[in-house]
Amino acid sequence: MQDTAIQMSGITKSFGSLAANENVNLTVLNGEIHALLGENGAGKSTLMNMLSGIYSPDSGSIFINGKEVRFSSPKDSIALGIGMIHQHFKLIDVLTAKENIVIGQKGGFFTRGKNLTAKIKKLSDEYGLDVNPDKKVYDMPVGEKQALEIIKVLYRGARILILDEPTAVLTPQEIKKLFSIIRNMKEKGCAVVIITHKLGEVMEISDRITILRKGRSVGTVVTKEIEVPPLIEMMVGKKVDLSIKKSRVEGKEDLLALDEVTVLDSEKKQALKSVSFTLRSGEILGVAGVAKSGQKELCEAIAGLVPADKGRIFFNGENILGKSPGEIIKMGIRMGFIPEDRLGMGLVAGMDIVHNIILKDYQGQKGVFLKRGPCVKKAERIVDSLEILTPSVFTPVKKLSGGNIQKVLLGREIDSNPKVLITAYPVRGLDIGASYKIYDLLNEQKERGAGVLFVGEDLDVLMELCDRVMVLCDGRITGIVDPDTVTKEDIGLLMTGVAERRQA
Amino acid sequence: MMKITQRAELPKGREWAIRAAAVLLSIVFAGTVIAALGFDPIKVFAQIVNGSVGSQMRLNQTILKAIPLTITSMGILVAFKMKFWNIGGEGQIMMGAMGATYAALHLPPDLPPTAMLAMLAAASVICGGAWAFIPAYFKAKFGTNETIFTLMMNYIAIKWVTYLQYDLWKDPGSLGFPRIAAFPPSAVLPKLFGIHVGWIVAVLSVVLVYIFVNHTKKGYEVTVIGESVETARYAGMNIKHVMIAAMLVSGGLCGLTGMVQASAVEKTLTYSLSANYGFTAIITTWLGRLSAPAVAIVCFAFAMLIQGGAYLQIALLIPASVAEMIQGIILFFVLGSEFFIQYRVSFSRRAARGVA
Repeated sequence: MQDTAIQMSGITKSFGSLAANENVNLTVLNGEIHALLGENGAGKSTLMNMLSGIYSPDSGSIFINGKEVRFSSPKDSIALGIGMIHQHFKLIDVLTAKENIVIGQKGGFFTRGKNLTAKIKKLSDEYGLDVNPDKKVYDMPVGEKQALEIIKVLYRGARILILDEPTAVLTPQEIKKLFSIIRNMKEKGCAVVIITHKLGEVMEISDRITILRKGRSVGTVVTKEIEVPPLIEMMVGKKVDLSIKKSRVEGKEDLLALDEVTVLDSEKKQALKSVSFTLRSGEILGVAGVAKSGQKELCEAIAGLVPADKGRIFFNGENILGKSPGEIIKMGIRMGFIPEDRLGMGLVAGMDIVHNIILKDYQGQKGVFLKRGPCVKKAERIVDSLEILTPSVFTPVKKLSGGNIQKVLLGREIDSNPKVLITAYPVRGLDIGASYKIYDLLNEQKERGAGVLFVGEDLDVLMELCDRVMVLCDGRITGIVDPDTVTKEDIGLLMTGVAERRQA
Repeated sequence: MMKITQRAELPKGREWAIRAAAVLLSIVFAGTVIAALGFDPIKVFAQIVNGSVGSQMRLNQTILKAIPLTITSMGILVAFKMKFWNIGGEGQIMMGAMGATYAALHLPPDLPPTAMLAMLAAASVICGGAWAFIPAYFKAKFGTNETIFTLMMNYIAIKWVTYLQYDLWKDPGSLGFPRIAAFPPSAVLPKLFGIHVGWIVAVLSVVLVYIFVNHTKKGYEVTVIGESVETARYAGMNIKHVMIAAMLVSGGLCGLTGMVQASAVEKTLTYSLSANYGFTAIITTWLGRLSAPAVAIVCFAFAMLIQGGAYLQIALLIPASVAEMIQGIILFFVLGSEFFIQYRVSFSRRAARGVA
């Protein structure tokens, strides 16, 4: 019998009228990899934040190694050997690995370099972490930064590790490496909690799974004894059909062509390096790549939101590079754009659905006055056809759930029958049901003859949904592949820029 | 241990209940202070109301103060709706008054009053708008900070008008007294129902600003830019263009206040003409939550406080500073209540126990 590392029982935590956690139970053993699975907003992060002392529960009790504890700050939690590795790294770029590890630690004013280096080396070797103590953080690839975060908490004596969505920013190869590190920790008797919503990874790495749904713990299962479909059912609360259809649409013509487009970011660095590709009618062209490989710049350059440094963008043979969004609209170009930051860019959070629908229409209206009437009808039609859950079309969009917000945005963009639809992470933050609804809508657009650019993060989805997948690495296109003829690992290699290939 | 956490959105009813409680609390608190100074608080409050609306004449006085406050607030509202922090109302009033004065003293005095007044109004709107255009242009072109820019331009405008009054435009017939010549009769706003027609201008400004913000395409663009510049860019709006247009409207309205005050009240231009209306309007606009009708009501309430406070001096021989203090207390509570609308303060004893 293994010792219990963490036991949380009857945990309840509310924010205002919203119960983020309600009577949640979780038991994690030493030497176990425990996955915490749930959709966005199921309360995973809230629960772990209570374990790391950021929040304190309204009721319920937490036992660490059999002793009841109450944390008043993260310090108490660290003192008990709990280390959390956040999704967004908390490292200081200009310092070395070593300096990042000792910063904020008790001890002498001067840290003795040699001892420290030796200690870090020992930890690295013990767990198979690959970190150079004297390397500056800004020189590190993402995988190494994450390894550094792990060493940081191990250095502080952590025996219980919490990893929040650790694979989101990694390539398939880096994920493999991370998993072997996690297994090493398990061998050494550490307890590891991994928060994720990617099912494949859960099945691969975890020993047991606790499923959260709408703030409640639905149950804990042994990974070996369960299949994926019942797991999804526990997570979503109903049966979900998880297949994405891919139909072949004939008669493709070129809609959008980028020719050697280079875009500089705010620091004058090249975010996009002479990118050329063609988007055709009746296809979904996927864009894969680790985060910040130039996806945002690519979409915004096409939409006219960031100026390009060089190159040409042809829309139906007309060069639209250098045109502002206003000018593109005036040219009569039917292009829809679902930006990454929905409430910050695509929609006006404080305005109701009608006024968000007007956003794309009002410029075509004649006269100085704003005509709401037709837009109210249009809003009602979009709400009906996309099954948007809202009290009325006059409800501010920020009060809607993430999935419904995305439907409002997508509904508005596809209502004008765009020829080209640019979508950046359209399912980010959405639950499984809503995600599949979005995939269906994108497929409908494709069948109608539109060209869809789909920037995604989940490789499985990209390969299932898209007709072609374009891989970006550090602002360059490292390959455009047919997902039916390559493997996930092939795309992973392209994502890291190790390999390059052109086809399709 | 005290914890401050951000609230989820409150229902509108609760929001107003918190504000009403703040007003009530401020009256109780102000009453205590008044009592401590040796006055009867109930009497004092009664006299403020009595002094501001108690008779036709007093009501007229209150309305006279509400007029410039309302027109200026409408100007500020248009800028604030775009989150362009126009702190330059004072200067724009001054420059508007200057424009009107120039027209009044240089146009032939025997022009028909309607034509004369129309010219004055046009001159004031152009001058006020031009003064607001400068910071708007710099913000649109170079991204300068409009708060500091508009604030500093107030002092330039006030000192410039002082210079006009003491030197350039000094009336040679004033026997050395530093003042600018009075407006000819044709350049003085007429009265309707006992009050100069500035009240019609004020009512019209509320109606027009309401329509502009809520029912025009430009007004919609202003609101979208105020909520999110990125979304406005995404929707293809010309942000620089809208920003400058809105500031022309904002400064133009403030300038119009200058014309009304110069023509109907002062009948000339003085360096104290703006009388802090440009600053008070910031408060009234904010308290009215950028809604034109609500701001108009707040402006009237403020005018009551100003007028009632002045009346206290005469009726109860209470120093005017007491009235100002009451204003300050009410403001403090009402603005303070915004904090409680956005944040929740909770006390917990348990958390202090730490690790058990």
